[in-house]
Amino acid sequence: MPVLRYEGRSYALQANESVLDALLRNGVRAAYSCKAGSCGSCLMRATEGVVPARAQAGLKDSWKVRGYFLACVCRPESDLTVTTVGPDVQLGATITALDLLSHNVMRVRLRCDAPLDFRAGQYITIVREGGLARSYSIASLPDESDLELHVRKIAGGKMSGWLHEVAKVGDRVSILGPSGECFYVPGKGDQPMLLVGTGTGLAPLYGILRDALRHGHHGPIHLFHGALHKNGLYLVEELRRLAEMHRHVAYTPTVLNGSESDGMAVGPIDQVVLKRFPKLNGWRGYICGDPALVQSLKKKLFLSGMASRDIYSDAFLPSAQTP
Amino acid sequence: MQPTTEQSLFEQLGGEAAVNAAVDIFYRKVLSDDRIKHFFDDVDMDVQIAKQKAFLTMAFGGPSNYTGKDLRTGHAHLMERGLNDSHVDAVIELLGESLRELNVPEHLIAKVAAIAESARADVLSR
Repeated sequence: MPVLRYEGRSYALQANESVLDALLRNGVRAAYSCKAGSCGSCLMRATEGVVPARAQAGLKDSWKVRGYFLACVCRPESDLTVTTVGPDVQLGATITALDLLSHNVMRVRLRCDAPLDFRAGQYITIVREGGLARSYSIASLPDESDLELHVRKIAGGKMSGWLHEVAKVGDRVSILGPSGECFYVPGKGDQPMLLVGTGTGLAPLYGILRDALRHGHHGPIHLFHGALHKNGLYLVEELRRLAEMHRHVAYTPTVLNGSESDGMAVGPIDQVVLKRFPKLNGWRGYICGDPALVQSLKKKLFLSGMASRDIYSDAFLPSAQTP
Repeated sequence: MQPTTEQSLFEQLGGEAAVNAAVDIFYRKVLSDDRIKHFFDDVDMDVQIAKQKAFLTMAFGGPSNYTGKDLRTGHAHLMERGLNDSHVDAVIELLGESLRELNVPEHLIAKVAAIAESARADVLSR
């Protein structure tokens, strides 16, 4: 079995064991959150040895060259010497605004210490002192002065609880990223677009929608935002205004339980969408939010004629529990 | 290319472009087929599309990294769920239907089916 070297010690890797799991098993306090190669909080750097390609998927080329990798999905096939990454990959940021958008969604605005190169719809990972890390999608556009995140309060959630109840304007955090492939790609400006999200799955879609408009997208854009009840919807007035200002933009708030008299569609969001648009040949789709919905709706859009290469998605994975 | 050189099957089919043209058609048939669609209920579509492209590349006689061991380990969990000859038959049939939709001549479809057939023993761990 390959040997892992870290801070002068050697650890024998078990069969198919990740670098992160090996470190945690040996009592090393290593940072992590999603354990799925997504959030970036377990980023490490290899100083000797070969990093499997899977552990560098999605990283910037300049990082790959320097040996950066994600420890949670790194299963070395030969000996590897690794080191923690310094603040050189994290960016400092200041909280500039905290506004409640609904009973459980907080809009968090952040100003970064240096410009962040991102696309609306990608996500960043917020890191607090002590290594607590959580990922949030970016709802703002690159030319806006502050980053905008929509943070749903999760029962017992460490980061969301802090942002909702403790954090105040002026507090400092670090951010990692951006990451993610779910964003507007310019070109095919006449292509009809379908945007479907539940809960704070609206955040990336809000960014993608406005980014598409900024790029002059002129094909029809239909946004469906779903929630269990009416009180789970947010930014309703802003989105209605946006749809009124742009003839090719349509916004359909959708609730599982409620009444159609409020100007909302009622029912499971996938059924609402497919009833309205049973044929999706030539469309482009963005689906964000609940992982089960994302997975099943992707298939349904595909079976309704949408090409696989035109389907973009971001499933919001919960943070992994401490082993 | 010299006119006397015989093109490979992969080249005759149109190479990678043919794989990209066929993958959505083929995978839509797979996901809609009552005989086999249940094997794909809980798999992520993006991951599966990538696997289907690898499979089609192999079946088209293209550059492929598939090994018998990969096919055995990759399908072992499906064997526990009852994967058998009838499901392999269905996949080969849907592959042929997909190529027919793309107007691929029958003699080339037969060659693709023969390559897919050659994977049967590994897929079914025999």
